[in-house]
Amino acid sequence: MSPTIRDMNNIMDQEEFIRDVTSVYPNKVAKKRLKHIVVKSEGENPEIEANVRTIPGIITQRGCCYAGCKGVVIGPIGDMVHIVHGPIGCSFYAWNTRRNMFRPREDGANYLNYCFSTDMQDSDVIFGGEKKLRQAIQEAHDIFKPKAISVHATCPVGLIGDDIQAVAREMTEKTGTLVIAFNCEGYKGVSQSGGHHIANNKLFENVVGKDDSNPIQDKFVINILGEYNIGGDAWEIERAFAKCGIRIISTFSGDASIDEMRRAHQANLNLVMCHRSINYMAEMMENAFGIPWIKVNFIGVKGMSKSLRKVAKYFDDPELTQKVEQVIAEEEAEAYNLIADHSDRLRGKTAMLFVGGSRAHHYQELFTELGMETTVAGFEFAHRDDYEGRHVLPDVKPDADSRNIEEIRVEQDENRFRPRIPVEQMKELQKEGFLGSYEGMIPEMKHGAMIIDDISHAELEQLILRFKPDVVCSGIKDKYMIEKFGVPSKQLHNYDYSGPYAGFRGAVNFARDIDMMINNPAWKMIKAPWDIEPVLRAETVA
Amino acid sequence: MKALAEHFVSTTNSCKLCKPLGACLAFRGIEGCVPFLHGSQGCATYMRRYIISHFREPMDIASSSLGEKSAIYGGGPNLKLGLRNLMNKYNPQIVGIATTCLTETIGDDTSRYVTEFCQEFEEFLNFHGRPELVTVSTPSYSGSYMEGFHAAVESVVAKLAKNEAVVDSVNLFPGFISPADTRYLKEILADFGLKATVLPDISETLDAPALAGYEKIPAGGARLNDIRAMGGALASVEFGRSIIGSHTPGNILLQKFHQPLYSSGTPIGLQETDRFFEILEKLSGIPTPEKHALERGRLVDSYIDGHKYVFGQKAVIYGEMDIVIGITSLLVETGMKPVLVATGSSSKNFRNAIEDVCSGILEEFPVVMEDVDFFDIASEIKSLEPNLLLGNSKGHRLSKEMDVPLIRVGFPIHDRFGGHRQFSIGYRGAQNLFDLIVNTLIQRKQDSSDIGYGYI
Repeated sequence: MSPTIRDMNNIMDQEEFIRDVTSVYPNKVAKKRLKHIVVKSEGENPEIEANVRTIPGIITQRGCCYAGCKGVVIGPIGDMVHIVHGPIGCSFYAWNTRRNMFRPREDGANYLNYCFSTDMQDSDVIFGGEKKLRQAIQEAHDIFKPKAISVHATCPVGLIGDDIQAVAREMTEKTGTLVIAFNCEGYKGVSQSGGHHIANNKLFENVVGKDDSNPIQDKFVINILGEYNIGGDAWEIERAFAKCGIRIISTFSGDASIDEMRRAHQANLNLVMCHRSINYMAEMMENAFGIPWIKVNFIGVKGMSKSLRKVAKYFDDPELTQKVEQVIAEEEAEAYNLIADHSDRLRGKTAMLFVGGSRAHHYQELFTELGMETTVAGFEFAHRDDYEGRHVLPDVKPDADSRNIEEIRVEQDENRFRPRIPVEQMKELQKEGFLGSYEGMIPEMKHGAMIIDDISHAELEQLILRFKPDVVCSGIKDKYMIEKFGVPSKQLHNYDYSGPYAGFRGAVNFARDIDMMINNPAWKMIKAPWDIEPVLRAETVA
Repeated sequence: MKALAEHFVSTTNSCKLCKPLGACLAFRGIEGCVPFLHGSQGCATYMRRYIISHFREPMDIASSSLGEKSAIYGGGPNLKLGLRNLMNKYNPQIVGIATTCLTETIGDDTSRYVTEFCQEFEEFLNFHGRPELVTVSTPSYSGSYMEGFHAAVESVVAKLAKNEAVVDSVNLFPGFISPADTRYLKEILADFGLKATVLPDISETLDAPALAGYEKIPAGGARLNDIRAMGGALASVEFGRSIIGSHTPGNILLQKFHQPLYSSGTPIGLQETDRFFEILEKLSGIPTPEKHALERGRLVDSYIDGHKYVFGQKAVIYGEMDIVIGITSLLVETGMKPVLVATGSSSKNFRNAIEDVCSGILEEFPVVMEDVDFFDIASEIKSLEPNLLLGNSKGHRLSKEMDVPLIRVGFPIHDRFGGHRQFSIGYRGAQNLFDLIVNTLIQRKQDSSDIGYGYI
């Protein structure tokens, strides 16, 4: 069994590792990287540098602004046509690759399986691509008659100065279909994170709160923000909420329908799953409509139960609370019963997580439930508040990169603002960190755990060699590199095409998959018998 | 023959990938090489993601990670810093630098930056064993991934190949074939007693064994010294009817060093393979070794045995041009009837090549579509009522909608297992594909029959 943090309890080792791993960089680079690698020690939450420009040439896991906007936040909206304005590659690469799932609504529309592009050519780059874009929007409108169309800019578009906002306005008027343009050129910001922000802004300005017809009278109505329905996660979460009698108006943006997003302002509570990609939306909705938000985590049996209890606490209704407790009792019993067999084989193993802007945090709780320990974790594109908690926000100084992403000020919407709970209670709940708060990943990690932001390939290699984890959770780009070390790797972006992993049943699926992966007999077959010791001996028989 | 469906300006469900992706694939087939994309980091991330989904192997691509500042002031400093970091960590023998939309649009002079880099960091480069730096221009708005692939091979040959000494080997430029095909190709060349430099050679680099330790740059690939010696080789052989007559590596060597060039189609199917073997006989001066003659014989035998299952069956083929041409040739010679051949790219040779491989056997030529997307293919296909589709994974939705089986060939294959281990070229590849086709059709018949076919 590999050494756990407890056995080693040796911050010295981690510090030596950090020295070693950064020593191969040029001095300037080493100095920068040292701020991104920290060790958690008892009672102390170290400061970490995050959300700064990637160092060229280090082979990063990070994507671009376009990936964050089209790929993550907007792409999953299923009844919208998403046109990528640019050369063909960008649209092709974001074609179904994130495995967001969508169930068509009454109109039967589902454009998730399509890949729309203006496929810019030389002449468009030279003479401008607006004409082609206009035509593409017209064609999308004529052929598919979607409820809305999005336009996403790729690198050349911003450089040649195509005014996609003007085209969007013009075509909205001409076709009568809402066209929203996103200036999410790949070179903007430092990672996909900038794209999330751009997507949040435009979605808020153009969609959220635009439909007041059919007011929703129910009390227990919520939105889920930052849940992208990868492998059906949102559906499993929805199942538990439905069982409790809690209605979800809209999920942003897994299994999202544009109509439901338009009515999202009628909810009484927002639950934030992926803080990194959607906290902007939560804040804007709170300012404009008075909807408070709670940070939740649907990963892990306990995580799911805790999240349900938070909702019950917020609504403070004895009947609901009772129902929630009943559902938790039922679901937990079922899930633990199924997980037990797997956790017997997983107890004491170690995991490392390098993924996302929230996932590396969310899955730690589930690993704990499986009896496993997270020794090292880090995000690809998170900011300091995702690591250290939102209380650091006033200390985060905007740099040139973050200033380039528009921050919109949202005023109270006079017609739609409605306090959901009494002001005093609201303040109380905010003060105790229940509403509008996120503690971040680091406070929940153990003494001796290491945190590495925007890990490079070379650092990951050294980690594996030095600390020999039993599983590394990452994405497809690292998976096969990790497995060449003889260490299994679980993709936490696309779940290795499995899932759902969220909610009660998701936790069971995850336990099964991790067990299957770590205990795959093939890992023991890598070395041929003749590489270990001669197995057969020939003897002369008289 | 019908006119091309050209009435849409927008692209819906693209049938091509972007240019720098092809360059990265080609660079991966050189020993000690790390591909490097000069542009926004998203390009490297997306392309790695995509290539890995097909090969299930590590695929490292470095990036200069340009931001807004570089987009305005130029990407030179990032490129140079990126190269230094890469060399410190990876110690490559060669870095293949491909441009992207961003750097092409802002007009970065990548080769000048590289020249400057070599001057500014001479000592540093000496310390790292003077790695080669090859640049290739691959704006995605001009051409598709195969053009990027060929352009990268061309740049490598143009920059590195010399004729300082006569070497008794041949150069082989196979285009984009699978690692399994590449291994088999090398086996064929060895059986003919030919020493050969296959460029690129992804046989090991994109299909490596499970290891207990990781190699930063996977072993294998065309060796640099062999590439450098290419100008002194006996001859060059180049696959791909789509590129014949254009600026190709073989043509560069022909013009520079007057080296004989043999161009042939990608040897998919019996007849295209026969042509390749004729070239090998000529180059080696020996008849086709019995092992291969037997493989050919068995293939023809199976064509006879399987004819009744495939004859007249209508097929649609789509994807990268040279694969499409090869598959069409194979289908025609087995008695099948290609009704539509389509590609997302275009070449002046494509239509002629299709007609050429069909002529003499097929009475009615298939509809030929260039520069199309799946939306165009779908609208054309309905009236043709095909029995079979052949192409990459991106046709699966079409296959499902039409309830017509899809045989996966080419790239990308990410909804089936082992696409990169698939044999497509040579007699062995034809055998594999033919068995697959016959069995797919048989299964279709068996599954849709009420009577059931226990024997067939």
